[in-house]
Amino acid sequence: MPEPVSISLTVNGIAREGRCEPRKLLVDFIREDLELTGTHVGCEHGICGACTVIVNGEAARSCLMLAVQAEGAEILTIEGLAKDGKFHPLQEAFRQHHGLQCGFCTPGMLLTALDFLRVNPHPTELEIREGIAAVLCRCTGYQGIVKAVDAAAKELGRTTG
Amino acid sequence: MAFLRSPHAHARIGRVDLASARAMPGVVTCVTAADLRDTVRPLRAASRMTGYHATDLLPLAADKVRYQGEPVVAVVAESRYVAEDAVDAIAVEWSPLPPVPDARAAMAAESPLVHEEFGTNVILTRAFRHGDVDPALAGAALVVRERFRFRRHAALPIENRAALAAWNADGLTLWSSTQVPGMVRDALAESLAVPGHRIRVVAPDVGGGFGLKSSVYAEEIAVAALARRVGRPVKWIGDRREDLLASTQAWDEEIDATLALDGHGTIRGLRASVLADVGAYSIVPWTASIEVIQVISFLPGPYRVPAYLGEGAGVATNKAPMGPYRGVGRPVATFVMESLLDRAARRLGLDPREIRRRNFITEFPWRSPSGIVWDSGSFAETLDEAARLADWDGVRAAQSLRGDATRRLGVGVASYVELTGIGSAIPASPGADIATGTEGATVRVDPTGTVTASFGLACHGQGHETTLAQVVADTLGARLDDVRVVHGDTSAGPIGTGTYASRSAVLGGGAAILASRSVREKALAIAAHQLEADARDIELQESAAWVRGAPDRRVSLREIARSAYLGARRLPKGLEPGLEATRYYDPFFGTASSATHIAVVEVDLALGAVTVLRHVVVEDCGRVINPRIVEGQTIGGVAQGIGGALLEELVYDDQAQLATGSLMDYLPPTAWEIPPIVVRHLDRPSPSTIGGFKGVGEGGTIGAPAAIANAVSDALGSLGVEIAELPVTPDRIFRLLASRAPRTG
Repeated sequence: MPEPVSISLTVNGIAREGRCEPRKLLVDFIREDLELTGTHVGCEHGICGACTVIVNGEAARSCLMLAVQAEGAEILTIEGLAKDGKFHPLQEAFRQHHGLQCGFCTPGMLLTALDFLRVNPHPTELEIREGIAAVLCRCTGYQGIVKAVDAAAKELGRTTG
Repeated sequence: MAFLRSPHAHARIGRVDLASARAMPGVVTCVTAADLRDTVRPLRAASRMTGYHATDLLPLAADKVRYQGEPVVAVVAESRYVAEDAVDAIAVEWSPLPPVPDARAAMAAESPLVHEEFGTNVILTRAFRHGDVDPALAGAALVVRERFRFRRHAALPIENRAALAAWNADGLTLWSSTQVPGMVRDALAESLAVPGHRIRVVAPDVGGGFGLKSSVYAEEIAVAALARRVGRPVKWIGDRREDLLASTQAWDEEIDATLALDGHGTIRGLRASVLADVGAYSIVPWTASIEVIQVISFLPGPYRVPAYLGEGAGVATNKAPMGPYRGVGRPVATFVMESLLDRAARRLGLDPREIRRRNFITEFPWRSPSGIVWDSGSFAETLDEAARLADWDGVRAAQSLRGDATRRLGVGVASYVELTGIGSAIPASPGADIATGTEGATVRVDPTGTVTASFGLACHGQGHETTLAQVVADTLGARLDDVRVVHGDTSAGPIGTGTYASRSAVLGGGAAILASRSVREKALAIAAHQLEADARDIELQESAAWVRGAPDRRVSLREIARSAYLGARRLPKGLEPGLEATRYYDPFFGTASSATHIAVVEVDLALGAVTVLRHVVVEDCGRVINPRIVEGQTIGGVAQGIGGALLEELVYDDQAQLATGSLMDYLPPTAWEIPPIVVRHLDRPSPSTIGGFKGVGEGGTIGAPAAIANAVSDALGSLGVEIAELPVTPDRIFRLLASRAPRTG
């Protein structure tokens, strides 16, 4: 078995360190070593999107990355989305528009939507559907999620001018 | 923990060499069935069905494997990574046997047997008869016949199954991603020979279920048995491959159906024969019958069918076991009946809506040909409203404008009625001794005036925390924010089985109303005593009680509750202290939810691709507790139905090897494939349940496939194509079109 390696990275604005085998997936490192279990594992082959986190500003499947690849990276997980006890506008919109049922896909869906709105701040409904097609939800039929992303886009557009 | 799972669909297990695996650093133990034989008893799903053969549920396969993915060796290690390394280091001497790849092959006289001891692969049969179907068919003006096929399907909750077992001096705690913690507790007590009160099963924040998590699984027994053996907590988190290979699967039925009608389109008789591929085992506790029995039970749908014969056979094959999935049997039954009606309408030149109106049941209660009692139904009303919302006539006009375009429009309708909130009169199968017909609620007001409502139910995304809190708050007269709902923990609530079969609003809500009424009655008595008034003159709302007409004479629920626990000196004479109640509810027959779905589709003839342009649902789920949650359940169900109609198929090859073992191959819909879905509620309280609730968890998935199939048939009708097989993938459309194309040369 290869020797564990040290990893230093920034997660949700906080400098974190850990040691793990080089083969360890980033998602397992986040969940097991950093004990941030909000990031979920749904397929481990990059399709379902439940494990999506933001790595250096872009959405990434944490099941398709090794932890060692995140050395020095800045990562945002779902635990870092709310600020000062206040929901991010996307979270608030998901709550308002019934954008979740079981909640399992929700962390990946929210961070995917965050990245999508960064790239496309004023999307049409079809663009939202295409954007969030990166994440599978089995409960909602997506309708509440589409509405929530649309509402969040408008709210973010309003608050950021 | 990780499992070595069978790579073969059918094989004898020879020597298993665990030496290398056991020697690996970090490996705690590796066990086979033989190691657990003395400590784990097999479970069997009982039933009195004719020709029924029960099979053993054991944590690991002994002697022989019967489907690809069946667990054979369990490895406990310090991490899943190490456990999987150890699995790779295990050598098994397999003796492959010829597999039984599908139900037709399994029926052949020369077929290998999945279970040799039964002498047959047919492990159950059942029939429902009503009236005399042969003369009805023989004398009919119109007879439509079809062989329908609904392919194998995965429920696919986004959270895979998982279980964690920990023992201490008090006994076992099992955390499991299950819909049925009560059933799992009872099963573990039997399997592990541990008293039931020493077992706690917790199902916290379960990530979707859709029926897949409503059975007892080998892995749950395995983690519990292994944790006891090694004296440490043991965890198994299934991965997606394990989910697709070794969770219960759905549908996979072939239905030969014949519908007889008179010249006006009035149904005279219906005959159907259902061949169900139930996979390798009869699951605990449902048996292998659940899907096929529901198909023949519900085939007549919301229609008057004076003569009916529905026969079903469940046939064992070398595939993962068949189990409950959202709708159970009704998606298939609705697909068949609604397709037959559209075929009849086309032959008779009738509007699809009109042939339904001529046959809808209009008198209630109505006893169906299979003996189900429909207490109510809003069939014509849902149909008319759905047609209006879907702009049926507008689609027809657009169709005639398009003519022979390469992208054809189609509109399709499906109406159904489903039995929900099933009570004790309708067991899961004949002779089944599982308590699916009752559910309890405990409502407790503590001395701070807040309310805890506990249930044996296990929510996995349905929002019981909201809806059941609403029911309790409204009935008791408490503030909604003061009500906390506890579920999914066998040590925290009354006895119950769990959440499945659209039962939680009806059974849990009914029990909640009964318990809340009991608590309210007592609170009123205490308030009357404190306010020196008659209990009949007390109002109790929003956690405060006052004398009617004198709102200043008031006392809070908190003060009432404090008095309740302080005892005799604060209470009316003879009133027992405490402010809580546990009540159980059995709706006996259950009730009936109904709906009409209308899908508008576009079929691209060049690509064979079907796009759902819009989908309308008008439903009657009884009294609506929370419209947003009903809408969410319905839209989510429709999305799964769209997947089942167009995209999703578990494909096994002729060696019974799963060819769709990843999400690269098994295709649930993304947001891109799902159109805007319009849902309207008719608020028609059930005449037979407490609270008037009817249940809504499954309906979306019941109606959508049939409506889409009919819409595709409508789009392709002028080309002579009628859909008889789902999912209707581009490949199938292409083949259907090719088979109808005029031959040249």
